[in-house]
Amino acid sequence: MSGQSQRLNVVPTVTMLGVMKARLVGATRGHALLKKKSDALTVKFRAILKMIVSTKESMGEIMRASSFALTEAKYAAGENIKHVVLESVKSASLRVRSRQENIAGVKLPRFEHFTDPGAGDTKADLTGLARGGQQIQACRAAHVKAIEVLVELASLQTSFLTLDEAIKTTNRRVNALENVVKPRLENTISYIRAELDELEREDFFRLKKIQGYKKREIERQLQAAKQFAEEQFSEKVSLKKGISISSAHNLLVAGTEKDEDIIF
Amino acid sequence: MAGRAQIRTNSSALIAMIADEDTVTGFLLAGVGNVDLRRKTNYLIVASKTTVKAIEDAFREFTTKEDIAIVLISQYVANTIRFLVDSYNKPVPAILEIPSKDHPYDPTHDSVLSRVRYLFSSESAASGRR
Repeated sequence: MSGQSQRLNVVPTVTMLGVMKARLVGATRGHALLKKKSDALTVKFRAILKMIVSTKESMGEIMRASSFALTEAKYAAGENIKHVVLESVKSASLRVRSRQENIAGVKLPRFEHFTDPGAGDTKADLTGLARGGQQIQACRAAHVKAIEVLVELASLQTSFLTLDEAIKTTNRRVNALENVVKPRLENTISYIRAELDELEREDFFRLKKIQGYKKREIERQLQAAKQFAEEQFSEKVSLKKGISISSAHNLLVAGTEKDEDIIF
Repeated sequence: MAGRAQIRTNSSALIAMIADEDTVTGFLLAGVGNVDLRRKTNYLIVASKTTVKAIEDAFREFTTKEDIAIVLISQYVANTIRFLVDSYNKPVPAILEIPSKDHPYDPTHDSVLSRVRYLFSSESAASGRR
């Protein structure tokens, strides 16, 4: 990135200053809210993590129990129980329902199993009618329990993955606001303020200069007026005495000047 | 938030299985098996002579079908298609690795748990924000 935290290119006016300030306030508030969301998501994430680890362990246990039940059933009902079961598959009676849960604004999927009574598994019910029926039932019950745990685990796993994504996105946004957007806005605001100050100083300077000129004009005019008044006064006085000082003055001045027509 | 994969709300989804014969038999007993109109099943029995390609195809098919919410896969089968399982990152359907009779559960190979361990050991997305 060239120039970390540059400023936006704006016209440095007072309106823009207001706009930038409003945006900075918005960015700050958004940043605080996103941080809170990230913290909430992280807490939930950790909780789910712990649950996943413990559920996986219990799953191992349950699977072992169910496969043991299956071995018992096979022993009791004869080896070709597998073929009977395979033949009797029609429509799944154990299904999964998926809903969405909202955790701190993140939609997490949740699975729950349910038995579809419509899909009749009468064929499977007749399995083991000849021998080993009780073992078959026990095996079925064990496997249904296993399915419950597995569905729970699947829910946890998907929530885990979705939360991971969500946390990454939120953290990215928090960092972007904190390291890019806010410094940029702050730089823009200080730039606008600096420009406005500069303009004000320019104005001030111009004003002062003009004031100075005006003052000097006025002084000069005053001086000229005073001199004129004095001359008038002296002229009046000399006229009273019979001569005009100004013409005498002119003669004297003219006398000192060289007249070219005069040789000596 | 825009453009994130939508999580389907399904009122009746199936559980798919890719496992050895015994495990599948047990779950079929419980009533998980489904055969639809096109004679397609939601389970694949993996025997010693099943090719890796067949397993891959079944995996791909199960994960792209709309009405399958969970895929149960035996861990030793998952090991043969480890790269497919690891590169799978959609939230639905959920991929669950289950142990089998002769291969007890090994948490080191589980794709999700290995990510969990990575999160616990190094600085994770959750804890490495600052």
